[in-house]
Amino acid sequence: MQVETRHILHQGLWQSNPALVQLLGLCPLLAVTNSVANALGLAIVTTLVLVASNALVSLTRNKVNKDVRLPTFVMIIAALVTVAELLMQALTYELYQILGIFIPLIVTNCAILGRAEAYACKNSLALSILDGLAMGVGFSLVLVLLGAMREVLGQGTLFTDMHLLFGESARLWELTIIDDYRGFLFAILPPGAFIGMGLLIAMKNVIDQRQAMSQLSLDEPSSKSRRVRVTGIIT
Amino acid sequence: MTENTESGLWQNIRNNALNLGLIAILAAAALAAVYVATKPSIIANQRAAQLAALTQVMPTEYFDEELLKHPITLPAPEQLNLEPATIAYAAMLKGQLNGWVLPVISLDGYSGRIHMLVGIDIHGQVTGVRITSHKETPGLGDKVDYQKSTWVDGFIGSSLSSHRWAVKKDQGDFDQFTGATITPRAVVQAVQSSLIYYKQYQDELLAALNTNVNIASAEDE
Repeated sequence: MQVETRHILHQGLWQSNPALVQLLGLCPLLAVTNSVANALGLAIVTTLVLVASNALVSLTRNKVNKDVRLPTFVMIIAALVTVAELLMQALTYELYQILGIFIPLIVTNCAILGRAEAYACKNSLALSILDGLAMGVGFSLVLVLLGAMREVLGQGTLFTDMHLLFGESARLWELTIIDDYRGFLFAILPPGAFIGMGLLIAMKNVIDQRQAMSQLSLDEPSSKSRRVRVTGIIT
Repeated sequence: MTENTESGLWQNIRNNALNLGLIAILAAAALAAVYVATKPSIIANQRAAQLAALTQVMPTEYFDEELLKHPITLPAPEQLNLEPATIAYAAMLKGQLNGWVLPVISLDGYSGRIHMLVGIDIHGQVTGVRITSHKETPGLGDKVDYQKSTWVDGFIGSSLSSHRWAVKKDQGDFDQFTGATITPRAVVQAVQSSLIYYKQYQDELLAALNTNVNIASAEDE
């Protein structure tokens, strides 16, 4: 059990990180990461949907026929995203206005359907929830990191507009990293997102390689994640 | 033999259809429940956001009745590049008309339409301007957005005769930004055309408002 838990966390956060390794959900990822607040908003919603969809898929795994499982997953995910959208409109309307068009796009985030098909429909409720959480947090970390990089480079600030997520007191969180910064438009526009993403992937690969070098004697058991790997060493 | 597999196939199809149908019904029921539960606060949020936007261009000292209470359908909306049946809101002070909040769209922006709200008092003076949505270049043209700079406050108090309605580059009275002339030019023109529109249609606007007020008071009785 302990081993399984550690394995799930390692897969989600690092080994098969949905954003850095599987390269799933790139459209919303690249589009909203121009500030930490926007990135965190999408990260929270995506993680919640991922956990809920894994839980529901796991619960229904013995009741749904194998032949119709994919349409069922799609229906579950679409319903969850719509619920999330309605809740956001009711609870955080201003954030909804900013993230608005990207919320329905969570439906098309293949990471969610991918986890339903690859994990949740074969595993117990607890493990599926943990898997959703690990994958969601892995995705979220990349979103927030990329958002922070682009916000600092693009506007010279960090944590602007956090009050949209955490209420009025969060207005004070805004940090001006670079005074009198004239702004670096490139980082805020889409090309900045692609290049930032590329740098993050490269960084992960460098760390992985360093690690592999230092423990050459150990065989890396990567066969389990083989099919989902897009970046790094494809074995 | 064939009969067996055929009935097996039919059974399979029936099971799958039932299965999918059941899930669809459950999903629809969940959605309906959340929709009904969130509807009141969503409507309240939309109203509050709309009201907040209107109050930004029409300061509170100009009216004592809620702005949303007096909507009228704009005559000749195409003059302001608006869709048919676009709504404007009247500011009422002590039962008298004291100003208008007009939506305006500019088609002359650098990329796409610039949606704006312009507040005008009854003497034809601008009480406030806000850009409600735009796709201008971040860091350059987007300084017309109040979240980025207070440039639009430069319109407050201006009227058709008080300013030369162009950016400084075109020998006007309004600042452009470094690196962006097209966006401020489009906004200046749009504010000017809303003032011209007000001058041209103020009688129609007032007539439309009076019909509305009459209907409202008739309903009260």
